[in-house]
Amino acid sequence: MIQEKALIFELSHPGRIAYSLPDFDVPVVETEELIPSSMLRSEPAALPEVYEVDVIRHYTELSRRNFGVDNGFYPLGSCTMKYNPKVNEDVARYPGFAKIHPYQPEDSIQGALELLYRLQDDLAGLTGMDAVTLQPAAGAHGEWTGLMMIRAYHESRGEQRDKVIVPDSSHGTNPASATVAGLKTITIPSTDKGLVDLDALRSAVGSDTAALMLTNPNTLGLFEEQIQEIAAIVHEAGGLLYYDGANSNAIMGITRPGDMGFDVVHLNLHKTMSTPHGGGGPGAGPVGVKSRLVPFLPRPLVSKTAAGKYTLEGGSDQSIGRVKAYYGNFGILVRAYTYIRSYGPEGLRRVSECAVLNANYMMSRLAPYFDVPYPGVCKHEFVMSGSPLKQYGIRTLDVAKRLLDFGYHPPTIYFPLNVEECIMIEPTETESKDTLDAFIDTMIRIAKEAEEQPELLLNAPYDTPVTRLDETTAARKPVLNCACS
Amino acid sequence: MKHRYLPMTEQDQQEMLKTIGVSSLEDLFKDIPEEIRFKGELPVSSGLNEYALTTHLSELAAKNANTDQYASFLGAGIYDHHIPSVINHVVSRSEFYTAYTPYQPEISQGELQAIFEFQSYICELTGMAVANASMYDGATALAEAGSLASAATKRKQLLVSSTVHPEARQVVRTYAKGLGLDVVEVSSANGVTNLAELAEAVSDQTAAVLVQSPNFFGAIEDLPSISDLIHASKGLMVVSTNPISLGILEAPGKLGADIVVGDAQPLGISSSLGGPTCGFFAVSQDHMRRMPGRIVGQTVDRNGKRGFVLTLQAREQHIRREKATSNICSNQALLALCASVYLSVMGKQGMIEIGQLNLQKSHYAARRLGSISGVSVPFTSPYFNEFVIKLPEGTSVAGVNSKLLQKGILGGYDLGRAYSELEGHMLIAVTERRTKEQIDQFALALEGCI
Repeated sequence: MIQEKALIFELSHPGRIAYSLPDFDVPVVETEELIPSSMLRSEPAALPEVYEVDVIRHYTELSRRNFGVDNGFYPLGSCTMKYNPKVNEDVARYPGFAKIHPYQPEDSIQGALELLYRLQDDLAGLTGMDAVTLQPAAGAHGEWTGLMMIRAYHESRGEQRDKVIVPDSSHGTNPASATVAGLKTITIPSTDKGLVDLDALRSAVGSDTAALMLTNPNTLGLFEEQIQEIAAIVHEAGGLLYYDGANSNAIMGITRPGDMGFDVVHLNLHKTMSTPHGGGGPGAGPVGVKSRLVPFLPRPLVSKTAAGKYTLEGGSDQSIGRVKAYYGNFGILVRAYTYIRSYGPEGLRRVSECAVLNANYMMSRLAPYFDVPYPGVCKHEFVMSGSPLKQYGIRTLDVAKRLLDFGYHPPTIYFPLNVEECIMIEPTETESKDTLDAFIDTMIRIAKEAEEQPELLLNAPYDTPVTRLDETTAARKPVLNCACS
Repeated sequence: MKHRYLPMTEQDQQEMLKTIGVSSLEDLFKDIPEEIRFKGELPVSSGLNEYALTTHLSELAAKNANTDQYASFLGAGIYDHHIPSVINHVVSRSEFYTAYTPYQPEISQGELQAIFEFQSYICELTGMAVANASMYDGATALAEAGSLASAATKRKQLLVSSTVHPEARQVVRTYAKGLGLDVVEVSSANGVTNLAELAEAVSDQTAAVLVQSPNFFGAIEDLPSISDLIHASKGLMVVSTNPISLGILEAPGKLGADIVVGDAQPLGISSSLGGPTCGFFAVSQDHMRRMPGRIVGQTVDRNGKRGFVLTLQAREQHIRREKATSNICSNQALLALCASVYLSVMGKQGMIEIGQLNLQKSHYAARRLGSISGVSVPFTSPYFNEFVIKLPEGTSVAGVNSKLLQKGILGGYDLGRAYSELEGHMLIAVTERRTKEQIDQFALALEGCI
């Protein structure tokens, strides 16, 4: 059995150090002469005292208890866990990108500004939008930024519109972002085909409609075929269309949100553009808009002068203001630009084709063993229901835990909320047929185990550093830090 | 087309299409109406082979003056500290950086424990009871703190000191607009919050006062007095702080803070044009269940072995949707890991020593620069590693900075950009990376160009 892992605090031995600092080469003055003692720390922070080898072994051991895309297949639906190219990591660490300050004179960061300018352009071209802000730090941050712009747009026209319509299959961030933008959410049901219910949409829109937020393809992996009609309904009511770009990996070069009728788009660069998820972040959530919303973009934007100089452009009294300090998650933007240039237009289209082909292949092969509520063609992901296994006392959670024993990260489970015992699979384009086949065979084997040896699943996983954890007690009696001092 | 990241061969494609039961790739896209299909070549930059790609990016990078080549006296929220070598080695472990949010705790114990340790570090430094797994940056963390304070007190007014980072104040205003909160700014005196004005402004409508200490001018605020003022009217004190100062400065939690936020960039995170960095967020016990973002908790597995899970998720958007405490989903986990590794390296003694180094070097620089004829240090409030100088009347800070740049120096922040009354003032940051020699050279160069 794998041993419990000590906390770094538990490795502490007074007197050990892991740091090496520059010398005190200036004349030293008594601290109390510089800062009143009432402002000085009364007792030292109880940080661990370890040496460098402890640090490296500790975090190396932690990393071995973690699973990333480089460890194996990670078909986590809606998260686009594609391969994170290594060259992107190298480039982001170039001193000319990693060691520059946001307030340096513009003349001394022309390369960085040029990169941002090019990325703004590329993302506008990819999405069919007129202008792009790179400031938002993540998808949800982009959603909120977009909604703030939509709100400002309506207000500028003297209209009171405070309702945001979302389908019941939408990401939880959609309604949460609406609330933070001071807007109210109306949730509409999906049809039995998993698509937006046009009648429900028609009755939901009105003079108070600010926007419809839509993911297309949606979270069931289905393309909203009636998107033009959806757009017409919303626009005729005076509302705007917001595109949640979480699922953009399905459509690059095939169709563009701007051409579908969307007014505002965010992209998750940590999904579509391969930037690493980092164990939960950092991401980047640039937002593109059609021309009528350009005045409301957060500032600054990067522009190019007639003389060919790149500059940070403020301006526009109508801007919603700043959404983040400085210019966005620049290091992530560098990786995304590198990714785009590693493919080019033709390559990006091929990425989406392969992502969609992989998903359809998996769905076809798994359909006989699981319940596929929306058969037909899917896009980059699809959903299944684990409900047929309930007769053996097995839930989707148990299937997910059993997958861990075979070295896979499980798919997204219990989302979207409108599919019972949901299993949401997104293979991405960077997985080979061999990998897909092996995973599919494992899923079939687990379905069989569920029928023949359900206890095997109920007690899974077996080969992990810990077994299933008591989440109820964790929430009821929270222990949220080591309380070392 | 063939590409090194794409395994699909022609044979794979044919076999897969056959299994699916369609004859062409096109059949998989038949649900996308013809009228909205994109035709022609995407208006996106051309693709490059790996060599051409790195050449192109190297050329762009080379057009930027980096802080290995230039001695930087720029701070204003992003600092040029030494980053221990081990940090890059740890965060380059792809088990960490290629993982997603730890939704499957059995195979994510590494990340979960690292976050638990990060939370512990932040609590220890700030003197607070609870911390979360990170926020986008210090500015958004401050804005979310205002949101929490409003929800906790059921009041709508935020008092923000003008000594808070100008961009953070702008972000607070943007969030406040969304949430329907009023933001009132309180001016400064001698480089710190004007307490008399603050006393007048505080009322039973005030949800919180938002201050920064060390503040944007580098000065240390009188937190106990501010705490008394705001708590007398049952509002909250939100303190944004520079974590690297907390090795020697008193923890805000010991001085009355209800919420402590800040940016962890000084803790081993590269400046990277200002992002990605890592916001941190810590609260007193009372506000635990109102916190935004991910939180990791300790628990046990079925064998009674210690383990860690994401917890208190009933606050979050994926459960509560429009009723969530925040919309945050992705955070800055990898940068939180940087900060954790940094604090592990520095430890108890290192955080004191680095605080002292910054303190001593900045004060030496202030004495040295202040001795230049025509240059003064206008504020007398105690400060940590950053301070303000006033240049001779009529001097353009931008003009001085472009001359300094030619001498290999990144001069200080032009305070006139954000404070009209501080035209001709420069904000100078001096970290442990600046040698006495560089400080002296800076002083000589400054003398030469004013």
